[in-house]
Amino acid sequence: MFIEQLVNGLTLGSTYALIALGYTMVYGIIQLINFAHGEIYMFGAFAGLLLVSVFGLNIFVALIGAMVFCMFLGMLIERIAYRPIRGKSSRLSALISAIGVSIFLSTLMALIRGTNTTRYPEIMKIHTYHLGSLDLSSLQIIILVVSALLMVGLQLLIQKTRIGKAMRACSQDLEAASLMGINANRVISYTFAIGSALAAAGGVMVGVYYNAVWPYMGTMAGLKAFAAAVLGGIGSIPGAMIGGLTLGVLEILGVAYLSSSYKDAIAFGILILVLILRPQGIMGKKITKKV
Amino acid sequence: MNIMDALLSQYIDAYYLHIMVLIGINIILALGLNITTGVTGQLSMGHAGFMSIGAYTAAILSIHMGLPFWGSLLGGATAAAGFGFLLGLPTLRLEGDYLAMITIGFAEIIRVFFLNFEPGGKALGLSGIPEHTTFSVVWMIAIVVIVLNVKLLHSRIGRSFYAIRENEIAAEAAGINTTRLKVLSFMVGAFLAGLGGGLYAHYMTYIAPQDFGFMKSIEFLNMVVLGGMGSIPGTILGTVVLTLAPEMLRIVAEYRLLFYGAMLVILMIFRPNGLLGDVRWYDIKKRWFSKEVKTWES
Repeated sequence: MFIEQLVNGLTLGSTYALIALGYTMVYGIIQLINFAHGEIYMFGAFAGLLLVSVFGLNIFVALIGAMVFCMFLGMLIERIAYRPIRGKSSRLSALISAIGVSIFLSTLMALIRGTNTTRYPEIMKIHTYHLGSLDLSSLQIIILVVSALLMVGLQLLIQKTRIGKAMRACSQDLEAASLMGINANRVISYTFAIGSALAAAGGVMVGVYYNAVWPYMGTMAGLKAFAAAVLGGIGSIPGAMIGGLTLGVLEILGVAYLSSSYKDAIAFGILILVLILRPQGIMGKKITKKV
Repeated sequence: MNIMDALLSQYIDAYYLHIMVLIGINIILALGLNITTGVTGQLSMGHAGFMSIGAYTAAILSIHMGLPFWGSLLGGATAAAGFGFLLGLPTLRLEGDYLAMITIGFAEIIRVFFLNFEPGGKALGLSGIPEHTTFSVVWMIAIVVIVLNVKLLHSRIGRSFYAIRENEIAAEAAGINTTRLKVLSFMVGAFLAGLGGGLYAHYMTYIAPQDFGFMKSIEFLNMVVLGGMGSIPGTILGTVVLTLAPEMLRIVAEYRLLFYGAMLVILMIFRPNGLLGDVRWYDIKKRWFSKEVKTWES
């Protein structure tokens, strides 16, 4: 029972982690809470649905298709709504702009698809494996493996490639990095692209796992993922992964052992407790204020 | 006051009166958030949480305890201020986006609490609240709130608030008790939110937990930032614009929210500091009352 809930929690947590990565990467570079990120995740889920049901593609191809679509969506949003404001005013203005984008996108999808939930078509036979007392569905294994692959891939990209190096430089000091000849605008654009692609992957997998997508699914998922990013220490990539998994596991365990009607309150309650005890998050660096 | 309301409803269309009442309530709420976020610079994204505490407390005091309107309004506002004190405490250790996250979490917890709160009617909401809030009541309170806000921001405390926003370390070095004032700014903001919530409950006569969701908090933040952070005329203008906008956009029917979202982005691109954010009243006043005689440049 406990192990089974743990696996459920890890499955949910890995999708939180995928969305949280986008928040944390964008935050790490331009200190913006990208509130439209939840909507990108929603668009990813719908793009996957479209590819699977209309074009009849394999789910893995659809996953990649949705990721590519959201990559461009993320870059487009950054170009239209954030770049013109950047450097001109406070971060709060960019935040409001992000909220505007978020309202725009969720309304757009509600107009296109209606506000009802849509079911994913049956994409594959779901096997259930019995390991002792543990029931493990093939879907859970796929979600865990795909998320793990994506996270390892992201780590390699950040640590080993040229663009990853540029991203790390920009997150340390945007101005100094651009003085060193890094095209900061392009790096920011790529950051949005990568973060959005990961969110799309999360969206498709949540859609398949819970068998439902709807236009306003992004709001709560976005809030939870932001909570996960903050829990892990915002700006830190391993932090977002750990934060997402922790939040998912604790939420499922809380629902299983405490009360299901307080599901959303549990996640935020844990978050508040952790932040009061450890204000910089689990993996966050302690910043000393300097005059 | 009853006479005034009777007169008004005779000459003004009920729909316009309704919108003006909503504007009045929103001004009270937005001015509260303006103190916490706009003036003191503590990003709070859970204003609707305080509003719901005020609304539910006032409604329950009115229905079950039989308190008079003013008593329950004050009770709601005080309860909200109490929670403002509690939420203000973490600000001693947290700042910026971590604080924002705490306030979001707080508001969500409050919402889930009311969803499971038996005397509040759970998810169905609370109905049968006596209707006491009228145009003249709202605007009388709103004007008092505006005047007190101006007084507060020009006082020693108000200037300390601004100092904390501009530079906390410098403010502390200048002898400002930043701890106490940050908590105070949360309390004042929450008090006004609770007051607005009580008025809202006694106007709508029906409240439900989904009225006070995350998007509601965001609406108030939009009002403050759109108008110009920390500016009272700005906040009022932002409130009027954002309360009217959904009504004006009714012509475009279901595309309403689409336009609203696009409008936020466009306004931020063209007025990044808010509508009145970089207007300097002092300069305008000086120019307006200038006694200097200007001649044409030759």
